Amino acid sequence: MIRLTSVSKGFGALSVLRRLDLAVPSGQTLAVIGRSGTGKSVLLKCVAGLLDADAGSVRVGEDDVGEADARTLRRIRSRMGYVFQFAALFDSMTIGENVEAPLRREGVPSADARRRADEVLDRVGLADTRNSLPAELSGGMRKRAGIARAVVSEPEYLLYDEPTTGLDPVTTAVIDDLMLDLKQDLGATSIMVTHDIRSALRVADRVALLHEGRLHTEGTPREIRDSDDPLVRAFVEGKSELWPEESGPGR
Amino acid sequence: MRLTSVLAWIGRHATLLVALIGRSAEFIWSIGAAIGDVRTWVPLTAVQVRRIGIDSIPVAVFIALFTGIVLALQSSYTFTGIVPLYFVGVLVGKSIMLELGPVLTGLVLAGRVGANIAAEIGTMRVTEQIDALEMMAWNPVSYLVVPRVAAGILAFPIIVALALVAGIGAGWLTSISLLDLSTQEFVRGLRMFYAPFDLSYPLIKAASFGAIVAAVGALHGYHTKGGAAGVGRAATHAVVMSCMLILVFDALWAVILL
Repeated sequence: MIRLTSVSKGFGALSVLRRLDLAVPSGQTLAVIGRSGTGKSVLLKCVAGLLDADAGSVRVGEDDVGEADARTLRRIRSRMGYVFQFAALFDSMTIGENVEAPLRREGVPSADARRRADEVLDRVGLADTRNSLPAELSGGMRKRAGIARAVVSEPEYLLYDEPTTGLDPVTTAVIDDLMLDLKQDLGATSIMVTHDIRSALRVADRVALLHEGRLHTEGTPREIRDSDDPLVRAFVEGKSELWPEESGPGR
Repeated sequence: MRLTSVLAWIGRHATLLVALIGRSAEFIWSIGAAIGDVRTWVPLTAVQVRRIGIDSIPVAVFIALFTGIVLALQSSYTFTGIVPLYFVGVLVGKSIMLELGPVLTGLVLAGRVGANIAAEIGTMRVTEQIDALEMMAWNPVSYLVVPRVAAGILAFPIIVALALVAGIGAGWLTSISLLDLSTQEFVRGLRMFYAPFDLSYPLIKAASFGAIVAAVGALHGYHTKGGAAGVGRAATHAVVMSCMLILVFDALWAVILL
């Protein structure tokens, strides 16, 4: 389970997360939607311990991320896969080496790491790109390689940062299918932050709308789809005129 | 109004300076703490020695060659009719070994190596590759910074030693081909005030310059913010700060060791 209790995070005068409460039960996927600047990526980084929350607590399983020392944080992260918004593949490594990297870090022997990386690359449809450099791949392929790297060590927790943003509808569907398959196979507890409402409604068990750093509403995909809440309607229907003028992002 | 503007400017820059000092101290501390993680940084150091060291040799030798030529000609011009010409060897040897060899090489490599390190690590920062390293439980300082600083400390003395040979060699060739000086006279001058410390002194300086250039480049890269423009700023600041620190440490070593 991942649980955020009254989490606040700001940067200087800018308050990004404001006493945010969220919980993701084990094995479920929570999609966090919201406009740009509402703190979705900051939320993920607080869960991963890449950013320290100013207040509140972030618990991953039994561990409190904010209280964790370096050793505990390494242990938490070793059970976690993080799919970065722009994949964050290491430029100087081939795709194969990128996917093997977490396994090498865990001390998995080279031959085993190579075999497991090949299996995962095959699964995300990138078996032919093992020896390519990240710069040689398209955006969608890089995202899939990023997912391959995040899941190669079969993590208990998966964090997706905008996994489908900027992709064409076909590639988005491929990534959605991949996330659904991984959810079924790994049973990981996942948080997916996204602008892509279709993807969120398709992949997630629950959807949370973040607004001005706070949880505005949360529900099943059906509840979100059928909601009368103007903010939810604005998001689901993609109509800016439904979005209250006084409540823009980051204010 | 003008006074308040000036005071505000001073206040702003004083705050930035204090923040930079704090960040630098924290960074040096994190480098010290990461040194124990030898399994991470030792295997990566050889690659960095090649990139920082071997790839920098041509430019360092090029600078040293022309420095040697100019020093020989200028000292001959200065000494004509007053000081025996074999003093060209003294001036070329002493100037290149004690000052120009390490300092000019350091300044040139601050541009080449420092900017490269800042841009590379800065790009990794803005593209979240450093976050990805952390997520894989790597210590980014052990993985990215310590190998570069170690490579700087190891490679700079080798580069400077080659630059000394090239500079003095160029001075000698210039003396025997363009000046009225024989090899014996040049060597006589070269050996006249020579002390073994003249060789260890530039190498000590070079090692410290290597640490400065690599650490400052890494510091600015590591704290890069703001995309491509931020990477550019990090590279520029790294070069400027490295050059200033090289000159400060040059004076410091002279005070301490001479």
